[in-house]
Amino acid sequence: MFRNQYDTDVTTWSPAGRLFQVEYAMEAVKQGSAAIGLRSKTHIVLGCVNKANSELSSHQKKIFKVDDHIGVAIAGLTADGRVLSRYMRNECINYSFTYESPLPVGRLVVQLADKAQVCTQRSWKRPYGVGLLVAGLDESGAHLYYNCPSGNYFEYQAFAIGSRSQAAKTYLERRFESFTDASRDDLVKDALMAIRETLQGETLKSSVCTIAVVGVGEPFHILDQATVQQMIDAFEIVGEQEGPAAAAGQEASAEPEAEQGGAAAGEGVAPMDI
Amino acid sequence: MNFMASKQPENSLLGPEADSQRTLYPYVTGTSVVALKYKDGILMAADMGGSYGSTLRYKSVERMKSIGKHSLLGASGEISDFQEILRYLDELILYDNMWDDGNSLGPKEVHNYLTRVMYNRRNKFNPLWNSLVLGGVKNGQKYLGTVSMIGVNFEDNHVATGFGNHLARPILRQEWHENLSYEDGVRLLEKCMRVLLYRDRSAINKLQIAKITEEGTTISRPYSLKTYWEFSAFANPAQGAVGTW
Repeated sequence: MFRNQYDTDVTTWSPAGRLFQVEYAMEAVKQGSAAIGLRSKTHIVLGCVNKANSELSSHQKKIFKVDDHIGVAIAGLTADGRVLSRYMRNECINYSFTYESPLPVGRLVVQLADKAQVCTQRSWKRPYGVGLLVAGLDESGAHLYYNCPSGNYFEYQAFAIGSRSQAAKTYLERRFESFTDASRDDLVKDALMAIRETLQGETLKSSVCTIAVVGVGEPFHILDQATVQQMIDAFEIVGEQEGPAAAAGQEASAEPEAEQGGAAAGEGVAPMDI
Repeated sequence: MNFMASKQPENSLLGPEADSQRTLYPYVTGTSVVALKYKDGILMAADMGGSYGSTLRYKSVERMKSIGKHSLLGASGEISDFQEILRYLDELILYDNMWDDGNSLGPKEVHNYLTRVMYNRRNKFNPLWNSLVLGGVKNGQKYLGTVSMIGVNFEDNHVATGFGNHLARPILRQEWHENLSYEDGVRLLEKCMRVLLYRDRSAINKLQIAKITEEGTTISRPYSLKTYWEFSAFANPAQGAVGTW
């Protein structure tokens, strides 16, 4: 992206019909650490990579519970994400109070998108620099949406945002057809695999990632580190069993194939019914 | 001149009460509404009377209205406040429809919305002078609730307003059971309405029965109940109590 004379403020169009400030905001999302989401008919899993600045500091919170039936994972300017999460929580709680019923996630997402759009059409504002993966349950089932700084929103079966998200997207594209009918645990496993893809060879451990689940009969909650580590250990073990090339922590390209084979065979032998 | 001049300061001395927009007492009122859950949904009955104090002034007032796809609202109390509530609900349902997504407000949501409205008005000392009955079916779930003018709300298998609470509820407590058929439900409601007709002076013999099921709402044509006035107690009412009238 090159600097040009049309990118100073958000209310200036370029001759090509682009709003550069909005596009730069979307760049900020691409620079943030990865967040992924995937859904089945009844559950949605959100996951994100948590890198702490140094060993001394704690990592940033990137997954927020918005209500019992809605949660959000963010990538980009986390401060903007926090503010938007507060807005979403407010909307949910006000709706709940008036109607004693959960706010349908589809409506929340539209309200959020409209809020983002305002910032693309006021000269004294700037677009929110954060992408949100909104996971929620509705009357019509489980939904996963992606809200963009541009004010657009899209519904997805599975998606990844942030840095190195392309690797996760490739994995998800290969596997997404199995998600609709997947069990909750398989969905979490797939989320962990997708996160592993974005780590590009680094070992996947529960200290670098966060997983959250929401589903029918299961309110939104973040899984604790111990549970996540157990699940990681479960499928990593299976991966090792499957042959020398599939040793954990090897090249990312070798792993997905082996994992797929491992996972498939593993479902028969699996020690993962822990 | 003098007359006009004195009006102004008095008004401002009254402070907040100078606001002439509050309901202080009701003028045109409807009497009881009775409703019960039956096998396929909700049955609700209300007569068509609008009393102006002790005068039975209006005799074609529809006190039950369908709200959205899933709800039915019946009201007793001030008719103009009921009409105001219908306007609020109209707007609510309109915005709900404008979302044009797969979601819609069900009876539970409408009931809670009304509770908030009634309670908030009560807190401002400007109540909507109604007792409301809200029933409906959504996704197979039957719902029946009531809200009073001060915001008291609850759900039950059968509800009533006003005199209905005293005369109809005891009958329903005895005779209501789960999975009433449509005919049994109507018979039960008519029994309640007949008692109200005999004993409530604001009741008139012209009523409607409304039914709401998953398929939708139907409000019956107005009709009247058969009554029997030849009971011996009616023939000579003063017999047991000399001096009574």
